[in-house]
Amino acid sequence: MNILVCISSVPDTTSKINFTDNNTKFDSNGIQFVINPYDEFGLTKAMMIKESTGGKVTIITVGNATVEPVMRKTLAIGADYAVRVNMSAIDSFSTATEIANYIQENNFDLIIAGRESSDYNGGVVPGMIAEILGLPFVNACIDMEIDGDDVKLIREIDGGKEMISVNLPIIIGSQKGLVEESELRIPNMRGIMQSRSKPLTVIEPISTMLHTNTISFDKPEEKGICKLVDADNVSELVNLLQNEAKVI
Amino acid sequence: MSVLVYAESWNGRFRKSTFEAVSYAYRTSEILETDVIAVSLEEVLDEELNKLSAYGASNIISIPNVNKGDNQAASKVIADLSDSANVLVFSNTLTSKMIAPRLSIKLNAACITNVISITESDSICVSRKSFSSKAIEVTESNTEKTIICIAPNSFGVIEHAVDCNIEISDFSEKGSISFKGQETASGKISISEAEIVVSAGRGLKDPENWGMIEELADLLGAATACSKPVSDIGWRPHSEHVGQTGKAVAADLYIAIGISGAIQHLAGVNSSKVMVAINTDPEAPFFKAADYGIVGDAFEVIPKLIEEIKKIKN
Ligand SMILES: Cc1cc2nc3c(=O)[nH]c(=O)nc-3n(C[C@H](O)[C@H](O)[C@H](O)COP(=O)(O)OP(=O)(O)OC[C@H]3O[C@@H](n4cnc5c(N)ncnc54)[C@H](O)[C@@H]3O)c2cc1C
Ligand SMILES: Nc1ncnc2c1ncn2[C@@H]1O[C@H](COP(=O)(O)O)[C@@H](O)[C@H]1O
Repeated sequence: MNILVCISSVPDTTSKINFTDNNTKFDSNGIQFVINPYDEFGLTKAMMIKESTGGKVTIITVGNATVEPVMRKTLAIGADYAVRVNMSAIDSFSTATEIANYIQENNFDLIIAGRESSDYNGGVVPGMIAEILGLPFVNACIDMEIDGDDVKLIREIDGGKEMISVNLPIIIGSQKGLVEESELRIPNMRGIMQSRSKPLTVIEPISTMLHTNTISFDKPEEKGICKLVDADNVSELVNLLQNEAKVI
Repeated sequence: MSVLVYAESWNGRFRKSTFEAVSYAYRTSEILETDVIAVSLEEVLDEELNKLSAYGASNIISIPNVNKGDNQAASKVIADLSDSANVLVFSNTLTSKMIAPRLSIKLNAACITNVISITESDSICVSRKSFSSKAIEVTESNTEKTIICIAPNSFGVIEHAVDCNIEISDFSEKGSISFKGQETASGKISISEAEIVVSAGRGLKDPENWGMIEELADLLGAATACSKPVSDIGWRPHSEHVGQTGKAVAADLYIAIGISGAIQHLAGVNSSKVMVAINTDPEAPFFKAADYGIVGDAFEVIPKLIEEIKKIKN
């Protein structure tokens, strides 16, 4: 089985977010980048499929050279090949266009992306790739079993889950549940050594069309000071919520 | 020109988020000086469809034979109806995020998700939540048509009754996914749409102790949620996990009980209007983010809170 995992490189979840250039650009100064948490579940699932049925795992990232350490980490975890599309990922459509183009030129049976990237929070790149390639798409997958060409999936829906069956090739959006948190892989020493000699190919983008432009970034308003209520005076809290905040 | 809104239904019923999307579409149509077409998938009775007109939908097209999860068919039928639509409005639900990106490619339309503001003119420019609600991005569309997915509880439900015309379409194409059934927790309030969320963390110490959390939530008509470690160790289902890597909450009131207030937790809940922290540790970071707080033991405070809420509800 030939599997492609789309990996986005995102600020570590503990990062404080700042902007530069008149609040038009993300300030990556001092930021640690990591594999997008949703993509980590997908990468681990890809490793498991490879181990049980054979095949190879390629990862692709659209980004400039600064994303390479995160790509190396996926190789250390066990991916076989890494491909970087040499372009800043500033718009979902152009990101999806580049990934779809790579898929078209290299056949994959299964494409795994994350449900959403924790920086841009678009949640649209995988669906766009699916449509460009005319592939079936199932998002927010919490379980997947593959038997030959036959795939049984469970996806999260608002307030429950839905059971689905579909044939390869497909693209899915991964999240927690596809594999458990405790099953997530971290690189070991041997993996790190091996990753250095694994191929990381850089390809140039094919298109420059964008669907959106970012005008600026703002930070949400800071909260005022927390009003503390005495633990023996719970009725006061209820009073404040009812008459001051007017939320109950 | 028109504004098209996808009116998502759940087992034949619309929810608040649908009415919010229709309200948003109506407001946009006022700015663009046009009217609203609402598209509904799956079987929905006329009486329910009619409700959409209370929020400004004057043309309602019902497509009973298309399963909304069938994103290939759903995006095709909506694209077929989009000739005159310059703005297409969706709620930011899991299902919408399968349909909207496909539609975006079909129509060569920008797809902007997590949107929290309305555009002021026909050159579409809106604010959206990004960096897990740690930032707000102002973004503009470069394309002739634009798809906007609005974040729940960002715009509000605004009544505006109009006369409506309901049309039933016999479109029945299918995509390549087959559906083998659903499991839904009936009666449960959806976390992302809830007005009030009662959430608890590792401070509760044992899954047995969630009785009082559920009782409090029931009294307030609230959804229950939890921190990530609580769902990781299996005290509560994954579907209750909120935060940066779980569900996003944008409630009117978020009550955090025995939750320390780690940055990843706050990132997913801080779009709530009012936050209350109840924690034994006065240094807990949640108190820096909360509007109201009680430094105290949940096992003493929550039973009292339940009694006090009962008083005002009677
Ligand atoms: C990549 C990554 C992603 C993450 N994503 C998320 C996420 O999406 N959501 C999330 O929640 N976390 C997330 N986390 C975890 C996060 O960092 C915290 O570890 C977690 O939120 C802590 O959960 P907690 O507050 O329930 O537990 P703790 O931090 O253990 O806090 C328990 C709190 O309860 C208080 N307490 C104890 N006893 C009582 C009592 N009797 N009454 C009242 N209060 C009491 C304590 O003072 C303490 O403040 C993520 C972490 C990482 C690394
Ligand atoms: N720059 C990128 N490079 C590779 N994959 C990406 C990139 N951006 C997004 N993706 C994939 O698409 C998913 C959803 O991203 P988004 O639509 O940006 O929220 C991510 O979880 C990744 O799997």
